[in-house]
Amino acid sequence: MATRLRALLKHLFLIACAAVMLYPVLWMVVSSMRPNDEIFRSPGLILTDLETGNYEAGWNAFEHPFGYFMVNSAIVVLGAIIGNLVACSMAAYAFARLEFKGRRWWFAVMLLTIMLPVHVIIVPQYVLFSEFGWVNTFLPLIVPKFLATDAFFVFLMVQFIRGIPRELDEAARIDGAGHPRIYTRIVLPLMVPALATTAIFTFIWTWNDFFGQLIYLIDPDMHTVPLALRAFVDQQAGTNWGATFAMSVVSLLPVFLVFLFGQRFLLRGIATTGGK
Amino acid sequence: MTAAAELRELRSTPAKSKPENKAAFWFLLPWFLGLFAVTLGPMAASLYLSFTKYNLLQPPEFTGTANFERMLTDERLHSSLAVTFTYVLVSVPLQLGLALGLAVLLDRGIRGLGFYRSVFYLPSLLGASVAIAVLWRTVFGTEGLFNEGLALLGIEGRGWIADPETALSTLITLNVWTFGSPMVIFLAGLRQIPVMYYEAAAVDGASPLRRFTSVTLPLLTPIIFFNLVLQIIHAFQSFTQAFIVSGGTGGPTDSTLFFSLYLYQRGFGNFDMGYASALAWLLLVIIGAFTAINFWASKYWVHYGD
Repeated sequence: MATRLRALLKHLFLIACAAVMLYPVLWMVVSSMRPNDEIFRSPGLILTDLETGNYEAGWNAFEHPFGYFMVNSAIVVLGAIIGNLVACSMAAYAFARLEFKGRRWWFAVMLLTIMLPVHVIIVPQYVLFSEFGWVNTFLPLIVPKFLATDAFFVFLMVQFIRGIPRELDEAARIDGAGHPRIYTRIVLPLMVPALATTAIFTFIWTWNDFFGQLIYLIDPDMHTVPLALRAFVDQQAGTNWGATFAMSVVSLLPVFLVFLFGQRFLLRGIATTGGK
Repeated sequence: MTAAAELRELRSTPAKSKPENKAAFWFLLPWFLGLFAVTLGPMAASLYLSFTKYNLLQPPEFTGTANFERMLTDERLHSSLAVTFTYVLVSVPLQLGLALGLAVLLDRGIRGLGFYRSVFYLPSLLGASVAIAVLWRTVFGTEGLFNEGLALLGIEGRGWIADPETALSTLITLNVWTFGSPMVIFLAGLRQIPVMYYEAAAVDGASPLRRFTSVTLPLLTPIIFFNLVLQIIHAFQSFTQAFIVSGGTGGPTDSTLFFSLYLYQRGFGNFDMGYASALAWLLLVIIGAFTAINFWASKYWVHYGD
């Protein structure tokens, strides 16, 4: 009896924690479907009548519909994902499977760059990319990913490849396969879970990224979702909260969906690398 | 295995013969290019720029240590350092404490684990977004949800974000709210503690509290250490939330002026790129010092079992 009571109390406590944590987000979702004059008078979650006008108003508040900014974000995200998958898996293959001079030293350098704050490189990087004429293009946000600058994912993949039995490589080598072949035919297909984790984390982090996009994408035509949302807030704050919340919900929806369908890979990725 | 453990292990594993230098070079080529062109090169450049006056239009003008002398009398820098230190030193322990507490509650076959874990983890994915920062701005506003909740308890609220005394605490709350990702790391760590230790402790008649302090906590110290190092590094770089909540100003009266926000204002608002580079190096030194202190102190409290 005592243990059951304890279990019940534990669940009540956990549910209370969960409710407190999620309440603001749920309230935002509900408020996005309320008329403006009702939002701040209704702390509850019950919707009396459905107001979809906020979504229409928010979607069309700019010279481009909000979908335009979502496409921009999607381009950056897609570029970043492809870059990370290709470049990080190549580097990881070398670190996990090849013997080369200075391997341990380079590996240590790679681990240290995970901890490097972006601010230390942002000014010269900005100068470099503006020399290239890349300001107001997506290139500064995509090209570095093709150069494996997200070392965290290299580390994640190295950890994963180490778990793949070496006998498989050896067998392929005896059959005459070289490293490019072992990498593409043996290791890549077996590391799909690690690639999925990388793709999902890259999606979420790039979709949410604000600092990099704020610096490089100044022209409103190049704005991504976070930048559009920020511009929207600066213009409309205090007047049209319904529409602001509506577009906030729209901007979070892709992250939520990716989380819903990909959380298995996210949790595994965090558990094997210690996460970020 | 964590990055920290990796670094320790590097010293102890012997290299095999038969080098594959050529293949490795090609596989690492993108990474090498990135390392030198996008990371180390710009790092060196920013070190040089930190000794110059540079506004992007004219070439950098060497000014010696002028930028660093300026730091000594820059009052906004001092308040941004105070804000950032407060933020890091308050929010990280709270966040990790909550993460550890809930991980322990969720450990060992609780019903609905998957559900709770998802609910607690989700905010850490959303927390960095502009949308959540916007939400925070309204929740802690004068007419916001938080005050409505306080009113139910008969407490009179205030404009939490408009008040310089409380603005920072709303951002601390936001960081604590994202405790889910360290919690998941704790959960993974807890699962690796062998059940026999608990059984042995139970046989010896140890109370649940005693089992926590004598078995769980010591065996979990490497994970606590790892989370501490990462979250401190992470918190020092916080930007988006303060930017959105304060509308880019770091206000009211610089009470939310995070270091990285101040750096952004100097560099990309005033195009004071030389000074911004010097600030960036100051940040690197601060983060490096904190990490070094953490590693040094870990000798005294982190328990590596094997």
